[in-house]
Amino acid sequence: MEQLMSILIGILVAGSVYLMLARSLMRFLFGLILLSNAANLAIFVSGRMTSGAPPLVPDGLDTPVGVVANALPQALVLTAIVIGFGLFAFALILAVRAYRSLGTLNTDEMRVAEPKEQG
Amino acid sequence: MSWYLSLPLILPFVTAIICYLLRERAIGAWISVAGSAVGLVAAVALMALVLDHGVVAGQMGNWPAPFGITLVADLLSAVMVLITAITALAVAIYALSDVDARHGRFGYHALFQILIAGVTGAFLTGDLFNLYVWFEVMLIASFGLLVLNGGKEQIDGGVKYVVLNLVSTIIFLMGIGLLYGQTGTLNFADLAIKVREVENQALLTVIAMMFMVAFGVKAAAFPVFFWLPAAYHTPSFSVSAVFAGLLTKVGVYALMRMFTLVFDHDIGYTHTILLWVACLTMVTGVLGAAAQSDFRKILSFHIISQIGYMILGLAIYTPLALVGAVFYLVHHIIVKANLFLIAGISQRLTGGSDVYKIGGLYKASPFLAVLFLIPAFSLAGFPPLSGFWAKYVIVKASLDEGLWVVAFIALAVGLMTIYSMTKIWAEAFWKPHPDGIEPKLATLPGRAALLVPVIFLAVLTMVIGLMPDPFVEFATRASVQLLDSTAYITAVLGEDAIAAPVPDLDDLPTTEILEVEQ
Repeated sequence: MEQLMSILIGILVAGSVYLMLARSLMRFLFGLILLSNAANLAIFVSGRMTSGAPPLVPDGLDTPVGVVANALPQALVLTAIVIGFGLFAFALILAVRAYRSLGTLNTDEMRVAEPKEQG
Repeated sequence: MSWYLSLPLILPFVTAIICYLLRERAIGAWISVAGSAVGLVAAVALMALVLDHGVVAGQMGNWPAPFGITLVADLLSAVMVLITAITALAVAIYALSDVDARHGRFGYHALFQILIAGVTGAFLTGDLFNLYVWFEVMLIASFGLLVLNGGKEQIDGGVKYVVLNLVSTIIFLMGIGLLYGQTGTLNFADLAIKVREVENQALLTVIAMMFMVAFGVKAAAFPVFFWLPAAYHTPSFSVSAVFAGLLTKVGVYALMRMFTLVFDHDIGYTHTILLWVACLTMVTGVLGAAAQSDFRKILSFHIISQIGYMILGLAIYTPLALVGAVFYLVHHIIVKANLFLIAGISQRLTGGSDVYKIGGLYKASPFLAVLFLIPAFSLAGFPPLSGFWAKYVIVKASLDEGLWVVAFIALAVGLMTIYSMTKIWAEAFWKPHPDGIEPKLATLPGRAALLVPVIFLAVLTMVIGLMPDPFVEFATRASVQLLDSTAYITAVLGEDAIAAPVPDLDDLPTTEILEVEQ
């Protein structure tokens, strides 16, 4: 299972790098989503993967019995998803504003704040 | 004890809420000033406590470390919190005049206070994931401040700033995940112990490199600094002053924390890379500045070159070098924020920021000229200003280690800095204004609020420069704490934390092991 997930994370990262190398800002942002999901999965996998073993403590005991899922990475992933969602919403709105005021989403043409490239 | 630690965090948030509720009124700006002043008192109290007690740790919500979120203040954290509070107060006063009612309505003061809370949180936290959260708080507030103006330039600079910082954040997050997978903990102090037990030390080095890249982007180190000169000259001057003073330093602080406390397992590899990064950062930054003509762009590139010195101090990794890095960090925040504030006054007086198109500032106000010269020459490292001592310690540390080339680069970059500063001096201050305008400081509206923080920070630079002894002594104590993590670990985890993981069976006489087994 871990191997499969690792391969999946690799594919996500490769896809996101491909998208982020594009000139269009929108493609870059889509790449960013993939990359942040890859990061979330990486945290998830690094925590230990179990199937059907929720971290519940049986009655009368202080600790769970046997190998159970690690709850901490899941909490971290949840936090990261929420934060990532907020930041991504901001980035999307910024892209819309950029398109409205600059008239382009081609990052090579966004040279208002910096001098244009020579040649 | 935990009140001392949490007050510098709670105060800016409370101020932010009040500022947001009163954003329609002019009093919002004054509340920001008042909140920052109280924040400064809290930071001084924390500093006094840390000077008295050594490392102070507080468990939030009384969950014991390493399970709960820990706030820790050692000398480095405490001084960073203090200097953040000083900068915040200076910029909040400056904003009284620099930020108009329209930006106030958009929530400038609230965002500013949240930014300060994020920076302070990053300095105080003792937990890796919590550091990530503070980074995000800081980022989202800085995004808002950056594009508040809504002009084409701000949007353009904002896009580059936002996307590159988001990528660095994700790399940071991935590093956290992998490090957790190897050690099973996220608490700094606990990590410092657990990383020694990781079997695959090579994998740990790979993870260390991920952190180096992530924090390198935040610190604007070579070769990942491009977002900084693209964005820092676009927002209003008070915003770029607080960015220039504080944001990159959070990256440097995070590097210093991680690469002294946690990733000290392969110094020959990681710190050699840091050494090269530092040299290239210094050189590219200063060369970039030489090619610029905009007041703030010149200063932006100088942030990059100065970041190089701080990373250099960390990379050499001797006690003296770390003293230099800590001293440099503190000195540079004051000086850099001050220079950006002066750039704002100059823009108001002359109506432009391109140094070739403005002039006559010396004639307008010799006083302002002196105020510029103090931080400018301090940045370049002229004795007896604060920058001289900072550079002196770092160059001395590199010479002690026999790094002649590095010392030469550091000195040459200092010389190039003077070139840029004299360019600003000759063009903006000395020559008459090309359009024949004769700027006058005496008739500038709201000049008191603009000048008070500049004078305040310049005096601070002079004080550090003329009386460096207590500051160097302080930096020495801070660097001793950085190199010997025992105090940090015991403050967080308790006295027996260090002793617990000792049992390295090979070192013990065999008979004792047998006795234990029986």
